[in-house]
Amino acid sequence: MSEIVRRDPRKEWIARNRLHPEHLDVLAELGEGAAPSEWPGPNGRIRRDPHAVGFTGPNGIKRIDRSGVQQGAGRSSAGDRGDGQPARQRVEIESPAFLVAVVPDLAGGRLSSHDRDLLGLARRLADADPQAPGAVVAIVFGEARESGFAEAGVDRLVTLDEPRLAGYAPEARIAALSAIEESLSPRHWLLPDSALGGGELGRRLAARLGERPAAGLWQIEPDAGSALGWHATCRGAAGSLDIRRDLPRVALALAECAEPVSETVHAARPLAPPALPEAFSRVEDLGAVAVDPASVALGEAEFILAAGNGIRDWEGYHRAATALGATEGASRVAVDDGFMPRDRQVGATGTWVTARVYVAVGISGAIQHLQGIQRCDKVVAVNVDPGCDMIKRADLAVIGDSAAILEALVTRVEQARQEDGGKRDAA
Amino acid sequence: MPHETTKNAAGALDVAVLVSVGRHPVTGRTRRADQDARAVEAALTLNKAHVRLIHAGRHETDSETALRGYLGMGFEGLTLIEQTRDADVLPALTSTLREAPPRLLLCGTRAETGEGSGLLPYLLAESLGWPIVTGLAEIERIEPEHVTLLQALPRGQRRRLRVRLPAVITVDEAAPAPRQSAFGPARRGRLVVSEQVSRPDAALAGWTLEPARPRPKRLKVVKAASARDRFKAAAAKAEGGGGQVLTDATPEQGAEAIVKLLQDEGVLRRLL
Repeated sequence: MSEIVRRDPRKEWIARNRLHPEHLDVLAELGEGAAPSEWPGPNGRIRRDPHAVGFTGPNGIKRIDRSGVQQGAGRSSAGDRGDGQPARQRVEIESPAFLVAVVPDLAGGRLSSHDRDLLGLARRLADADPQAPGAVVAIVFGEARESGFAEAGVDRLVTLDEPRLAGYAPEARIAALSAIEESLSPRHWLLPDSALGGGELGRRLAARLGERPAAGLWQIEPDAGSALGWHATCRGAAGSLDIRRDLPRVALALAECAEPVSETVHAARPLAPPALPEAFSRVEDLGAVAVDPASVALGEAEFILAAGNGIRDWEGYHRAATALGATEGASRVAVDDGFMPRDRQVGATGTWVTARVYVAVGISGAIQHLQGIQRCDKVVAVNVDPGCDMIKRADLAVIGDSAAILEALVTRVEQARQEDGGKRDAA
Repeated sequence: MPHETTKNAAGALDVAVLVSVGRHPVTGRTRRADQDARAVEAALTLNKAHVRLIHAGRHETDSETALRGYLGMGFEGLTLIEQTRDADVLPALTSTLREAPPRLLLCGTRAETGEGSGLLPYLLAESLGWPIVTGLAEIERIEPEHVTLLQALPRGQRRRLRVRLPAVITVDEAAPAPRQSAFGPARRGRLVVSEQVSRPDAALAGWTLEPARPRPKRLKVVKAASARDRFKAAAAKAEGGGGQVLTDATPEQGAEAIVKLLQDEGVLRRLL
């Protein structure tokens, strides 16, 4: 069945107008009359069933909507996908006039917000001329866990999944990108100007291609006078200068350089990668180094185990932090009481943390503390009070005695570690 | 007293550090650039290395004050390749480094003045044909043909790399902080001026440079099909509230749920 809902304004108007002579017929026709609330009785009297009026609301309470939305436009309004988001327009670009190559960072295998902004910028470049639209090619190293390339505005997807491109292999990656430059010859190369990843790869690519890139780009404007038809504004001199220049072929863009794609969905059709040349690598990746979590600065720690007023067994807490490999944090009360050093305080007066996982043990969640953990992705709360604010903020909350739960956590993790070690020995 | 490493002993590793004139972010005064000073510090902490400093740029009063800041870290001299204001320093630097190639070339990631695109180390590496590694945290070991180093990753993580020499290594804020610049050695040190032809940077001359204006803040635009959805989005509280709450669970069940979340998020992977 077609997803397009045809509306009949006249029938909707009749459905809203309960005094209209055709009201009941129209209601039945629009699917609302399965159990009509009013009907003429055998003696010509109007009978009505008050229970058939209205509908059951989301909280289980019966609601009567007289605005006409429920009756006229049906239960789901036209173009609604059910989650409140308008449906996206599907765009297929069969024969693109040119290509815009984007190399997203894909931190953790997923598109970051920086990557999405960059793809939005690529769409602006590609869709500038509706008569001759370009296509956005995303070049992805390794297997991506991202499934939303189509929604992010990718027309073609090149996946370079070879073992020698894994890890830190900038020279092999540049050789691969040079091969793509030869086979596809895109008009634009766009990379995120991030510390590691796009910023480094883009500069290497520009040096290899002999282009002078626009680094720190944050704005583009159409400009018929320049070679590629665009004018770029870039940050220079440690962010103290704006450089206005013609947009070159290679651009390294900052976050929020453009709005991410929100109204269209694209094909994201896989494209066969070209044959990659053998690259002689002079940089050998010896792997990640185990870092003492206690030495990691609190502001950039990935995994924080934070302690608050509810902790009685501090030995057990430190043991748990060591066993989990977590960076230690604390609430203000724990610091004021002298159990933790001041540089470990999380919150408005301490450090604003950016951890991916924040485990709050015995912290009730004062507003100053919740401000400090605003940018954490996942929050786990362990507390005895089921009504505290930290439980409302948490993605997972365990109600119970913190000492017992930390003890069980240590046991469980050590058990998992032994199982893992056993598997590794067997392998 | 000059640092031990500056004495040119036989068999010592020849390390060159490219230094630039920095700009204080608040006062705007010239100073030694922070990342370049960290690069000098990383070179000075090497065992058995002969470290020399190279700067390409103008020879003026304010830039000399900044360059003497590097000399105050324990150097007797600094090679100053004199260039005009509008010059592209890349050809001069390349030819200087070709004449006396060091085994290791250290520099900051981005300059604090000028274009500041951070491209120069890559162009140097490309033209010299050397490998380049960014984000140095620590140099661990130097062998005759290789250097083993730690590279700083986001979130305080480190990665060990083995790079073939000669190589270009860039330094950013993850490297150890530089030592103070002492006033006496800074005054006594010499700026050895070397003459090189200045090639004007034609592309830069065509650009407009202006003080950075603040970037517009991104507005939160709610796209919804109906007014009711827009109102709900506008009136929604910031907190999610969709979390899972385990009440009346044994500590073991609670620990199991927490470990599962930690494993899903991948933060337990470096346990061993």
